[in-house]
Amino acid sequence: MKRFIGFLKKEFYHIFRDRRTLIILFGMPVAQVLLFGFVITNEIKNVKIAILDHSKDEITKQITNKILASEYFILDKNLSSDNEIESIFKAGNVKEILIFENNFAKKLEKYGKANIQIITDATDPNTANLIVSYTSAIILNYSNRLNVQSNVPMQIQTKTRMFYNPELKSVFMFVPGIMAMILMLISAIMTSISITREKEMGTMEILLVSPLKPAQIIIGKVMPYVILSFINAVTIIVLGMYVFGMPVQGSIPLLLAENVLFILLALSLGILISTTTDNQQAAMMKSMFGLLLPTILLSGFIYPIENMPIALQIVANLMPPRWFIIIIKDIMLKGTSFAFVWKETLILVAFTLFFLIISIKKFQIRLE
Amino acid sequence: MVKKEKVIQVKNLVKKFGDFVANDHLTFDVYKGEIFGFLGANGAGKTTAIRILCGLSIPTSGDISVAGFDAYTQTENIKKNIGYMSQKFSLYEDLTITENIKFYAGIYGLSDKEIKQKSDKLIQKFNLSDKKNKLIKSLPLGWKQKLAFSIAIIHNPKIVFLDEPTGGVDPITRRQFWDLIYEAADAGITVFVTTHYMDEAEYCNRLSIMVDGKIEALDTPENLIKQYKVDNMDQVFLKLARKTNA
Amino acid sequence: MISVQNIKKSYGDTLAVSNINFSVEQAELFGLIGPDGAGKTTIFRILTSLILPDEGKAILNGYDVVKDYKKIRQIIGYMPGRFSLYQDLSVEENLNFFATVFGTTIEENYDLIKDIYKQIEPFKKRRAGKLSGGMKQKLALSCALIHKPEILVLDEPTTGVDAVSRKEFWDMLQRLKEKGITILVSTPYMDEASLCDRVALIQNGQIMQIDTPDNIVKSFKHELIAVKTENMHKLLHDLRNFSDTHSAFLFGQNIHYTSINSKINNEELKHYLQKNNHKNIEINKIQANIEDCFMELMT
Repeated sequence: MKRFIGFLKKEFYHIFRDRRTLIILFGMPVAQVLLFGFVITNEIKNVKIAILDHSKDEITKQITNKILASEYFILDKNLSSDNEIESIFKAGNVKEILIFENNFAKKLEKYGKANIQIITDATDPNTANLIVSYTSAIILNYSNRLNVQSNVPMQIQTKTRMFYNPELKSVFMFVPGIMAMILMLISAIMTSISITREKEMGTMEILLVSPLKPAQIIIGKVMPYVILSFINAVTIIVLGMYVFGMPVQGSIPLLLAENVLFILLALSLGILISTTTDNQQAAMMKSMFGLLLPTILLSGFIYPIENMPIALQIVANLMPPRWFIIIIKDIMLKGTSFAFVWKETLILVAFTLFFLIISIKKFQIRLE
Repeated sequence: MVKKEKVIQVKNLVKKFGDFVANDHLTFDVYKGEIFGFLGANGAGKTTAIRILCGLSIPTSGDISVAGFDAYTQTENIKKNIGYMSQKFSLYEDLTITENIKFYAGIYGLSDKEIKQKSDKLIQKFNLSDKKNKLIKSLPLGWKQKLAFSIAIIHNPKIVFLDEPTGGVDPITRRQFWDLIYEAADAGITVFVTTHYMDEAEYCNRLSIMVDGKIEALDTPENLIKQYKVDNMDQVFLKLARKTNA
Repeated sequence: MISVQNIKKSYGDTLAVSNINFSVEQAELFGLIGPDGAGKTTIFRILTSLILPDEGKAILNGYDVVKDYKKIRQIIGYMPGRFSLYQDLSVEENLNFFATVFGTTIEENYDLIKDIYKQIEPFKKRRAGKLSGGMKQKLALSCALIHKPEILVLDEPTTGVDAVSRKEFWDMLQRLKEKGITILVSTPYMDEASLCDRVALIQNGQIMQIDTPDNIVKSFKHELIAVKTENMHKLLHDLRNFSDTHSAFLFGQNIHYTSINSKINNEELKHYLQKNNHKNIEINKIQANIEDCFMELMT
């Protein structure tokens, strides 16, 4: 145990003495989140919307007021019939139309369910995406509050239609996406680099010749990054809540536990990379192309998986971040409990064990 | 050795890094066609001085001219007139012998005809015609070093700087390497060399020994051995460098 | 006690070492002398259990390097070829780290490293990367010794180190030997052979000769003379063209010369040199050194 603590101490010396990496380590998540946050708040100010209210009752008025009271939306026009939808989009000013169905309040009371249709101009998919997520968030917030007041669970269903790009579905993808990306980056790239650095410097030779066990070396290398990545995950969640107004509906301990699981997964990938690589540069390249790009492109972070060709969808299913993003979205946005994400969690656990076993098997007790 | 034309003139060279004086008033001349040994313990300031003489670093003060050019203002001209080779940096391992030759000759602006001529000559000289399309990394270390030296002087520079060129090379190849050095010196190229092998120091025409940033001794090997009343250069070096702590 | 039997190792198609046999007694200072690429590092890596031999067997103090690698790793202290300590840790932190890794403390084994560590102790707060070559080497040796190893394996500890630091280093090894530690050391510097108890001369993956430095020198079968004239470069040339010449190599201020005849005819040689316009010809009979022997074995 003393050996192991000595090893850990050394790892922390390395990390804290490397100022540049340290700045990247902690600066990057903050910068990324703020960057996304900034872009989003900028674009989604004073978006012109139109409303087609078929029921004109108390609830629909309240929702309308709530949406317009936020600084994000301005009412451009109250519509009176469905025929106007096409032409108003063509005019180009209005980016979103809200349609309340008939007898909204009544249906809500009677069946506990009522529908709002959100139609957006999705020629710019990202903006459309953002607008929808903001609108949905506001409606969700309203419906939650409604539920607190009454004892019958009531659900306002938003139905989204994207004009001109109807398949776009991702909602609030950014925070989970960035989280997946950054945890992947820091955990996997940093560990793989720190192990290959020892190989490059020749110190691995001495460690191997010492009585340290391979497991001790691996865990000692990984442990500091578990802690650092965890701090990063918390930072992102906190920033996401305040900058994005991202709700955390579900249990926070569950959210954090899932984060730790994903960190472990990314770390085991990092170890795997380092066991097959001899120098830092190669480790960096492998992590970049092997992990970072798929995380961005194939996890549903930016491009919806449903839109991909079948072959790519299969590949996407093999991307651990994909499942992580689903879990985080569910917990944060839907407030689901573990009972609903256990499948995805199990997939992540399976990935982690798989990578760990291979890397421990591959970690050589010798130089060849 | 013709002792008239000075190709390197150094007067009161000082190089400081902050408070640390790496080169403390170095003064020496090197003549055309001379083999000049530049010795000193690790950290004595050799590398700093060589970098200045190669035009890679600007001195803090002093008058320095290399190949007739000023070390402050004409570093680009200096670089055109020197060759450089060290134990660590020599040839590209993943290029073939001919590719390396072409590349280096190309850097110094040799014409295609010259390059062809010189590379044929080189390959013939080393009897490498069956290996000329092999990657450098497949050659033994001694061969690499000999080849690297020949390439370092392919543009016929006035001076060639050799930084520990023979480290780790077997004794016979080491001597073949020195044959090449002599050949270059006979052709009028001045050779400026550092080494940790003290027997090699004795092959030089003149030697300087640096201790703690200063030149403590400068003379022919014979005279130094006489002056310090010892049998060989190894003992001269130990006597001089002993004064300092490691 | 170290015993190496018929070790062979290749990397892909290239044969790194073959037919390696030697043994080292306890508290013996044994040197592997040869140029880069001769196979020294390969042999040391096999002995330190870092790589597996293709063939053959090596036993260190009763432990097999393949089967008992865990034991081996506890009894050896190893200093790899390049400086392999943590450059971003201080002198003290490096030493502390290696002490804890081996389950010991600096204090516990201080007397073993005292002589060496004392010299770098004034700089113990300095980062290892900022040390001079000689100091780095002392730190690396201290780290290799911190767990009181029975066998010390040093791969080219003096390469690239200046003559003064080299001398000091060998003095340290002598003192460690007196404390009963078996030392295996490799070096490309032929002159360091005489500082070992016994040496193996190695070239192209083969051991050419194993013996005490004295015996190796005595076994040199030619008569050896040192020749010197005013123009050494020309002398070398002329000697090589001389019909009686067996070998002629530059050695510092002289050329070491052997003849194909069992006895060198000094007068004839002198005559030949005079004919070739050499002045101030000096010819002295000398004792061969390890480098002479090494080159003789190579040719």
